[in-house]
Formats: sequence, C-alpha cells, structure tokens
Amino acid sequence: MGSKYDVLVIGGGNAALCAAISARRGGASVLVLEGAPKFYRGGNTRHTRNMRCAHDAATEILTGPYTEEEFWEDLLRVTGGQTDEVLARHMIRESKDILNWIVEQGVRWQPSLGGTLSLGRTNSFFLGGGRAMLNALYLTAERLGVDVEYDAEVTDLVIEDGMFLAARLKRPIKGETEIRATSLVAAAGGFEANIEWLKQYWGEAADNFLIRGTPYNRGSILKMLLAKGVQEVGDPTQCHAVAIDARAPKFDGGIITRHDSVVFGIVVNKHSQRFYDEGEDIWPKRYAIWGRLVAAQPDQIAYIIFDSTVVTSFMPTLFPPIAGQTVAELAGKLELDPAALEKTITEFNAAVRPGTFDHTILDDCRTEGITPQKTHWARKIETPPYLAYPVRPGITFTYLGTRVSKEARMLMADGKPSANMFAAGEIMAGNVLGKGYAAGMGMTIGSVFGRIAGREAAKHARN
Amino acid sequence: MHGTRILDEADRLMTVCNSCRYCEGLCAVFPAMEMRRAFSDGDLNYLANLCHSCGACYVDCQFSPPHEFNVNVPKTLAVARAESYAAYAWPQALSGAFARNGLVISIVAALSMAAFILGFAALNDRSVLFGVNTGPGAFYKLMPHNAMAALFSAAFLYAILALVMSVRAFWRDIGTPIGGRADGGSIFQAIRDAGELRYLHGGGVGCYNEDDKPTDRRKLYHHLTFYGFLLCFAATSVATLYHYLLGREAPYPWWDLPVVLGTLGGLGLIVGPVGLFIAKLRRAPELLDEDRYGMDVGFIAMLFLTGFTGVLLLLLRETAAMGPLLALHLGAVFALFITMPYGKFVHGIYRFAALVRYAQERRTAA
Ligand SMILES: Cc1cc2nc3c(=O)[nH]c(=O)nc-3n(C[C@H](O)[C@H](O)[C@H](O)COP(=O)(O)OP(=O)(O)OC[C@H]3O[C@@H](n4cnc5c(N)ncnc54)[C@H](O)[C@@H]3O)c2cc1C
Ligand code: SF4
Ligand code: SF4
Repeated sequence: MGSKYDVLVIGGGNAALCAAISARRGGASVLVLEGAPKFYRGGNTRHTRNMRCAHDAATEILTGPYTEEEFWEDLLRVTGGQTDEVLARHMIRESKDILNWIVEQGVRWQPSLGGTLSLGRTNSFFLGGGRAMLNALYLTAERLGVDVEYDAEVTDLVIEDGMFLAARLKRPIKGETEIRATSLVAAAGGFEANIEWLKQYWGEAADNFLIRGTPYNRGSILKMLLAKGVQEVGDPTQCHAVAIDARAPKFDGGIITRHDSVVFGIVVNKHSQRFYDEGEDIWPKRYAIWGRLVAAQPDQIAYIIFDSTVVTSFMPTLFPPIAGQTVAELAGKLELDPAALEKTITEFNAAVRPGTFDHTILDDCRTEGITPQKTHWARKIETPPYLAYPVRPGITFTYLGTRVSKEARMLMADGKPSANMFAAGEIMAGNVLGKGYAAGMGMTIGSVFGRIAGREAAKHARN
Repeated sequence: MHGTRILDEADRLMTVCNSCRYCEGLCAVFPAMEMRRAFSDGDLNYLANLCHSCGACYVDCQFSPPHEFNVNVPKTLAVARAESYAAYAWPQALSGAFARNGLVISIVAALSMAAFILGFAALNDRSVLFGVNTGPGAFYKLMPHNAMAALFSAAFLYAILALVMSVRAFWRDIGTPIGGRADGGSIFQAIRDAGELRYLHGGGVGCYNEDDKPTDRRKLYHHLTFYGFLLCFAATSVATLYHYLLGREAPYPWWDLPVVLGTLGGLGLIVGPVGLFIAKLRRAPELLDEDRYGMDVGFIAMLFLTGFTGVLLLLLRETAAMGPLLALHLGAVFALFITMPYGKFVHGIYRFAALVRYAQERRTAA
C-alpha cells in the first residue's frame, strides 16, 4: 500500500461510512479498513432497520412532529439521566439534518410502515433494511473515490502523546502492513462479540449470552485506544440487551430471533417463578429491558408462557412456540417442574381482575394480590394448547467507550483533546447512552457523530 | 409438508421473512406474505408468481448465503414459479413439456412448420417458391390466405384455450373464493403494475443482475420485448381487419399501419430478446434458476426469430428470398403459438393473475 492517506477510518458500519463519505466530501483522501470479509461488511449495521431523528413536522416517511425536546425527554427517561447533556442535545439537534443528509448519500427511506411495530412518528425506516442502507453508502463512497479494504483487521495502533501515527493490520491474503494517516476515525463498534471480555464484568453468566449481531465486533480497537491513554466513558456492564429465542445461533441471528410476546403472557425462570411485571410498559421500552432481566435469572434462561388465544397478536416468529395440551405437558417439554409451573399459572389466573383488554394502551387488565404484579394486559392463561418460547439474553451492543467532545474528537485521560483522533458510533455510544435504550438511537449516534468525525478529521488533515 | 421440496424451502423462507419484514417496501411479495401466517401450496405459488426476480431482496438481505440462515428469495421463488407452470398446465399430460428443453422443441416446431409450408408450396407450384412475387396477394401465392388463416387460427385458439384452463386452475389455487371474480378496479391496477413492470425495480434503484450494483437494463429489454410483441400482435390484427373488412391484401406498402406497427414491433423483438439473453448470460449464478435455462432461452429465441424473420421479410420481400423467408417467419410464429402454453410465455399470464389477486387483497385490507 505504501501511500499515506489524509483520513484513515477503522470499521465498516454506518458510523465508518458516514465518516468516510463526509471526510471525502470535505476534500480528504480516505481509506476504510473493514475487518470483516465483504459479505459481512458493516457489522451490526447490517441488522438494523430504523433511525430515530428529531423533526418539526410530518414528512412523507414520518408522521410528526418529534421535537428536539421530546427526543431529549425520551433519552432522559431511558437513561435515567445517565447521559452527557451537552453531547446528547447536540446530537439531537444534528439529527434533524441527518434525515436529509443520509438521503443525499443514496439511502432510501420506506414510505410507510405496516406490520406490528408502531414507530412511524419517531423513527424512519430504511427501505430494504440496514444492509440495503449500507450498500447505498458503499456505492456512494466508492463513487466519490474512497478506498475500501475488506478482511483488513487492524491489530495495532501507533499512538504517541494522544497523536495517531499509523495502524498495523493483518490481512489473510496480503499479509501484514502498516498504514499511516494524518487523522484517524475509530468506528469499529463495541465489544459485545468478545465473550472473554464480557466475562470480566458478568462472570460465567456471559457464556449463556447470545450475540445478536456481528461476530467481528470484538472491541480490539476500543481496548487499544483505552490502553493508549484515551479517556474511558460508561459502565462496562451496561449494554443494550433484549430477550431472544434461546434456540438462536450464538452470533449474528439478527432481528428475527426477538420475541415481543411478553405482554401477552407471563415470564417464568427455570424454577417456574415469575420475576418481573410483564405488563409494565409498552413497546420500545419493554423491548429493551428483558434481556437484562433474563441475564439476572439462574442459568440466564426464562420462558414466555401464553395460551392459544393470543398467538396472532404478535409478529410471527422464526422458531415456532413449544406447545402442550396441558400445563404439565408443556412443563415436561421445557424441562420445568410441572407442579411448580401449574401452581404459578393457577395463582396468576386467580389474581387476574376483569378489565378491558387493549394492548395499544396501558389498559386496566391487571392482577391483584400476587408478587410481582402484572399491572396491565393481564388475562388468564387457560385455553390449550399452552405455548412457550424459551429466551436468553441477546446482547445488541455495549456502552463502554471512548470519551469524545462535540467535535467527535477523542479526549485523553488528562482531559485534553487528542490532536487527530476521532470516534463515532458504538465505540463512543456510552457518551450519550449511560444505560437503557430507545429504538433507533444506535444509528442516530453513528450517523451524527460519523458525519461530524469525518468532517473534523478532514479539516485537521487539510490544515 | 408441501407438494415439492422447493415449496418446503419457500415455506421456510417465508417464515424467516415474515419474522423479519425488512424487505416489505421492495415489492408486492412481502406485503402479500405479511397477510398470511401459514402458507399453503397455492399461497406459495401465488407469492412465487408475484416475484419479478429483480434480485433486490437478495442483495439487501443480511441472511443471504454464506449466512447460516441461507435466505435466497429470488432463486427459490424462481424455481417455485417455474414448477408452478407445470403444476397448472392444461392438459396435465403436457406438463412435462416445460421440463424438456424448450429451445429444441421450439426450433424443431418452427422448422417443421416452415418445411411444411415450403412443401405445401412446392406441391402446388415450384415457381412461386423461388420466383419473385410482388404486389397485393404475393404472400398468398405461397399458401392461400384461407389455408393460412385456418392453420394459424387453430393454433392460436388452442393456445388460448390451454392458457385459459391453466390460469383458471392457478386462480382457484391462490385462494380466490370458488367462482370468485376479479373486480374491474383490481384488473385496472394490475394492468398498470404489469404495464410499467412496477416491481422489477428493486424498490426504486433498478434491477440487480451481475453484481450488487443495480441497473435498469433488464427492465428496458423486457419492455422492448413485451411492447414489441404487442405491436406485432396489433399489426397482425389490423392486417386481418384490412383483409376481411376492406378486402385489402398483404403485402402492404411500408407506410401502411400494419407494416409500421410490425416494423416497430419487430425491432423491439430483436433488441429486447437479445438484451435479455445477454443479461441472462451475465446474471449472477446465485440468482439464476439454471435448470430452467432452456425454457427461458427457448422463448427468447422464438421471439427473436419472429421479429428477425419478420423484419428480413420486409426488407427482402421483393426478391427471390421472399418465399423461404415467409415460410420461416410463419414457422416461427406457429411455433410461438403452439408452445405458448408450455413455455416461458405463461410467466406473463400468471404474473398478471397474481397482480390482480394482490390488488384485490390490498383493496379488501384497506
Ligand atoms: C439485530 C440488531 C438490530 C438492530 N437494530 C437497530 C435499529 O433498527 N436501529 C438502530 O439505531 N440500531 C439498531 N441496532 C444497533 C446498531 O446496529 C448499532 O448501534 C450500529 O450498527 C452501530 O454502528 P457502528 O458503525 O458504530 O458499528 P458496526 O455497524 O457494528 O460496525 C463496526 C465495524 O467495525 C469492524 N471492526 C471491528 N473491529 C475491527 C478491527 N479491529 N479492524 C477493522 N475493523 C473492525 C466490524 O467488522 C464492523 O464493520 C441493532 C443491532 C442489532 C444487533
Ligand atoms: S429477504 Fe432477508 S431481509 Fe428481506 S425480509 Fe427476508 S429475511 Fe428479511
Ligand atoms: S420482486 Fe425482487 S424484491 Fe421482490 S421477491 Fe422478487 S427478487 Fe425479491
């Protein structure tokens, strides 16, 4: 390779491509190093579907408005205040313009959304999903003259006094090489696919986690940056985790292994005990808490149990539910104690109070006299066949990251900004997301900070 | 589970897609799928015939091979679609014709017919065959108009009958209520969707062919072929009206309506099929139903031959080549007619029926 680039981008997902395109449009020569082979390019972005952006009025693709203030309040609620307000508000403000900018890069939005999800006001959906979105970004980047190399895993970074000098990479075919560049954009994702690293915080439980996205996000770049003096942000045990089918593959099962049936039944652990209010809240929030709840249960497994009256109320699932004509038969198939499961269901049924069921609002169907309560959508489970989905924690992405400024510039441990290192996407998501998650924010963080990082990196390189 | 292995695979994919739904904005297949939770053979054949093979959902899918979920919707639906033609063929005894090499069958049929016409002419009067014949009625020196009309009407009527019977079976199987009729609005919608090939556009960017970069060319060639065919059909219809209503006999001067229509159509039938053939040669193997290569190519070849001999005939009709060329042209047209119900031609008919059904479903759902 030999030549020196203005901007080196590590990673190949949304954040990396937004940075590469924006740096190239800023006049810089740009190289993108993607650790994965071409098919798997784009990390977790391949699996995404939508993006959350503030907007003042309805558009062709969104019912509106979704104001900056409302976005901010949503973020505040899910994170419980664990967010950098300056950065977060800056991101939200910029998100308004991203809606159009991303279209200028060739990405197309889906006009309206059918199906069972209802996010048409806050989130825009990519036509054809995340991989289609990535394909468009790659086409645009290549057309603009961005160089892209696949199977190019960066194995070392040469950094002196907070200044990036070169990256070393290992390529299966072309061998090892060193690449120098004037500025660096690190957009290499989190460390969710690195089970060993997860174990440092979660212990042996992490062996039972399933990784919903790419196996290539092993956090190697994050680790190098932190080791070389970049300031750390976020709690390493915080991540976005949902309950997914226990039969899903260990890695890369993507969106189709999720379950959204929790509200329609009860959730028990391997001792057939309920452990949380299944009727606590409606969709986006509920979606994001159950992964952690299941992670806290023995053996990290739980079972969503419902009956045949509700099967058409939620999205069709990849794996069919496990069925039994009696509760005992179902328990047998799930390897649960039949007596214990029967007792739990009988007690639950007895606690259900009459009400008017409406799963689109927080309705008045609830239980009385049991712990935990089911505060909404509680209905008796009594119509065979009885059905169940086994679920495990499905890790989406991690929040431990590099601290950045509003310019997406990395901050060093002593609080000084790095001369030429920028970060975008999952690798710095923890600046905004201290904990919790609201659907579509992963892409907002990647696009907004990717675009800024690319622009700033190009500016630095051309000075 | 299902009648065939490919339908089992299609069922598996539709279960994956139905729990994903990322592609719902790309074409009609996915919204139609979302209206169902379980899939009968008829449902799967319906979805297969709604697919225009644009390739977008393959290039956009995070689960396409080498991913272990191995999702390849375009290819699976292409095979299922091809198998559905045989499943609904009338009479069933001829369904095997789809499997045999369509190219050979069509060419043999065309040449046999050409030979027959030549023989017929030779028996009557050798001089017409190689002589120069001009002026009204010149064509009919080769074969009297009534004989020609009788032969071709018979072939055409048979084709229509076989097609109607087949599409009826399809229509019933894809879930329309027994005796259910299509309403005018849905038919009109389907005519528009088919006329503009609305779903051969990968959700807007174009069609995918040799790689992951979309281009619109397959759509363009398809349009040339389709409208070329319609123009030729119109030319023949106008000529028939001229003959019976106005008593004017072919060949007509170059500026006359049947010739203008026929020439434009013939050009479409030359450029379109050649383009489609080249696109097919280039198509990424993972998108191609290779087993049905012969059937597709046979149909493309017949269309090309019809257009090509037609245009040559126009250019050389005042020379001694007219006789053999006319025989060849008529042979190609005849072969096109009789192979219609048992070759790739039916894809248009089934697709249209599927589009009508889709329009209907959308109206009921709305
Ligand atoms: C199933 C699923 C569904 C999701 N749905 C949504 C959604 O609808 N909306 C939303 O906003 N978010 C969603 N997310 C979260 C979203 O995917 C992430 O927030 C987002 O993709 C992060 O983008 P990124 O560019 O930072 O990282 P990624 O897209 O993960 O890209 C990281 C890249 O870095 C590369 N890499 C890693 N290490 C190295 C190395 N050493 N050298 C070179 N390259 C390296 C990887 O190969 C990869 O290409 C979803 C996640 C999953 C798993
Ligand atoms: S083709 Fe792939 S991305 Fe599209 S709906 Fe099916 S599984 Fe989802
Ligand atoms: S028409 Fe295109 S997007 Fe639709 S199913 Fe067929 S190949 Fe996929």
